[in-house]
Amino acid sequence: MFDIFRYTIPLDDWIAYGVDWLVGNFRPQFQAIKMPIQWMLNGINDLLLWLPPEIVLVLFLIGGWKAAGWKVGIFSFISMGFIGMIGLWGETMTTLAMVISAVVVCVLIGVPLGILSSRSDRFASSLRPILDAMQTTPAFVYLVPVVMLFSIGTVAGVIATIIFSMPPIIRLTNLGIRQVHPELIEATYSFGATRSQVLWKVQIPLALTTIMAGLNQTIMLSLSMVVIASLIGAGGLGVPVFEGLNSLQVGLAGIGGLGIVLMAMVLDRITQALGQTKYDE
Amino acid sequence: MANDSSKGQKRLVVENAYKIFGGDPGPAFELLKQGKSKDEIYKETGLTIGVQDANFSVYAGEVFVIMGLSGSGKSTLVRLLNRLIEPTSGKILVEDQDITQMDVKQLTEMRRKYMSMVFQSFALMPHLTVHENAAFGLEIMGIPLQKRKERAMSALEQVGLDHVAGSYPKSLSGGMQQRVGLARGLAVDPDIMLMDEAFSALDPLIRTEMQDELLKLQEGSDRTVIFISHDLDEAMRIGDRIAIMESGRIVQIGAPEEIMRNPADDYVKAFFRGVDPTNVYTAGDIATNTQVTFPLHKAGLRAVRQRLNEYDREYAYVLRKDRTYVGVVSLNKIQEALEDETINSQDITPAYLEGIAPVQQDATLQEVLPKLTEYECPVPIVDSNNKYKGTISRHLFLRTLSRETNFDDQYA
Repeated sequence: MFDIFRYTIPLDDWIAYGVDWLVGNFRPQFQAIKMPIQWMLNGINDLLLWLPPEIVLVLFLIGGWKAAGWKVGIFSFISMGFIGMIGLWGETMTTLAMVISAVVVCVLIGVPLGILSSRSDRFASSLRPILDAMQTTPAFVYLVPVVMLFSIGTVAGVIATIIFSMPPIIRLTNLGIRQVHPELIEATYSFGATRSQVLWKVQIPLALTTIMAGLNQTIMLSLSMVVIASLIGAGGLGVPVFEGLNSLQVGLAGIGGLGIVLMAMVLDRITQALGQTKYDE
Repeated sequence: MANDSSKGQKRLVVENAYKIFGGDPGPAFELLKQGKSKDEIYKETGLTIGVQDANFSVYAGEVFVIMGLSGSGKSTLVRLLNRLIEPTSGKILVEDQDITQMDVKQLTEMRRKYMSMVFQSFALMPHLTVHENAAFGLEIMGIPLQKRKERAMSALEQVGLDHVAGSYPKSLSGGMQQRVGLARGLAVDPDIMLMDEAFSALDPLIRTEMQDELLKLQEGSDRTVIFISHDLDEAMRIGDRIAIMESGRIVQIGAPEEIMRNPADDYVKAFFRGVDPTNVYTAGDIATNTQVTFPLHKAGLRAVRQRLNEYDREYAYVLRKDRTYVGVVSLNKIQEALEDETINSQDITPAYLEGIAPVQQDATLQEVLPKLTEYECPVPIVDSNNKYKGTISRHLFLRTLSRETNFDDQYA
């Protein structure tokens, strides 16, 4: 019998060769990309750890209350307090710093890409498979090249997190802008608006609810990367889970997991409320 | 500057404007030259004729209505005027500048300086308050905050909505929302206000109210309004002139009565079946001078009676020398007065019918109708100086209502 798959394409070799080539020729450039993320991450991390926990708890109380009402304020206060009481305050602050850094980068890159997608069908359709790949490629696959390019540590963890959690904010920015009623755009142009006036005075404000939903999704996804990031040496709440897994300490893994869940709920409630607008009712 | 002495300054001139949708328009022009119809061209080339060879001028202070059924191209045409839709060919002159030749910057400038638009769907910004919405055009123009707040508020006062300035559009009724749309259009103080089916989404009662409101706002203003409508009653009520469109072509342009009396073709004629003529004609339009009139200085009971008998009429309309209206006397009243020994037969005062007030010639037939049923005599019509212009009898009124028969007679 003739085996049609006797000859295979050596794609694995090609990928390995490609990554090696990138590492060999562009490592300094990738290290440079790392720098601003590292500064931001360290800055936020140091600030959160320097602040007395009481202050951070009060900030959560006030922040939750202002954004989403007193129920969410109290819930945030109690949840964060509980995380501290089970001995994970430091890890939680590191994770918070990682999430904030990742989300800031996601917004800075994702929102403009979303705006471009909303303006050009061609751009949107060429971006789509890339977004699909970013969301579905198992993180373990790109952990290796990430480590090779950025070395191990918390910054590399943040970069892996950025790759995984950026698609929703791009998709929902694009969607939100496209959903703005064409008559509103037409009306704005009829008064002599420029393209950027249409964008800033009408499209972005009206897409804001949807963009905030994207932000919320991005935050949730970035939290789900916390454990995986700890595989390549990132700190935070992933560490107790990872250690618990390695040494079969169910308790340690359990509290790490609980910490992640509580933090996810707190951030979810607060950011969801940010997307609500007064004119919707 | 081109001027038309009777109508004032030309604000907008459209010359040979075409809009052809769906790719290279070349073949469509060829087929149009051969006299093919819109449907045939679509079948052959897949190109849609939006607007075909539109030519018209609109003057300062005028309400110009473009009307037609849906799909007749009127909404496309109005969007060519501010280039929300790019014209395929032709000239569109606003204040003598051809806007089809403008680059984006000039076009933006032109829209800010001369135009505003009011939409059927209102198109209010849901994230802005009523006040901010009214100020929206000014914000686009870059007017400083304080200044635009003042101007927006005075526009809201004009449409009677200053009391809801802080609300969001969603909390307002449709009629109120469109008043906000109107205020937004007025606030920028445009030379030309485009209104695309602006009142069509409103229920009939509110619609009439808004039409009156618009006419009131136009009084003493030299703002030009270009109003798109599919409703002939509306066109007749508010239009100084009407352009009627059919499948992309303007088939007739004229004053409402002109079009109604002389429809260009069956399509135009068909519009008028079902139109309420009482909105179209004024009292002066249909008043006739067939009743007996009598000069006041010659009036005596016997003299008037003799004249009435001569003409076989019941009523005489007493006028001064300069034809100002004095009153109506009836044969019955004269008879009674003559039988009363105490009355001087040279004095006709006792013979006047009581409670008869003349109607102004520019009143609509709607306003005449209640008087027709109330008065026993034909309703006297006068001009603004109280000069007698004629009368409207019940018979005459009914004949006007059934004017369709007249058309058919005329065109049979």
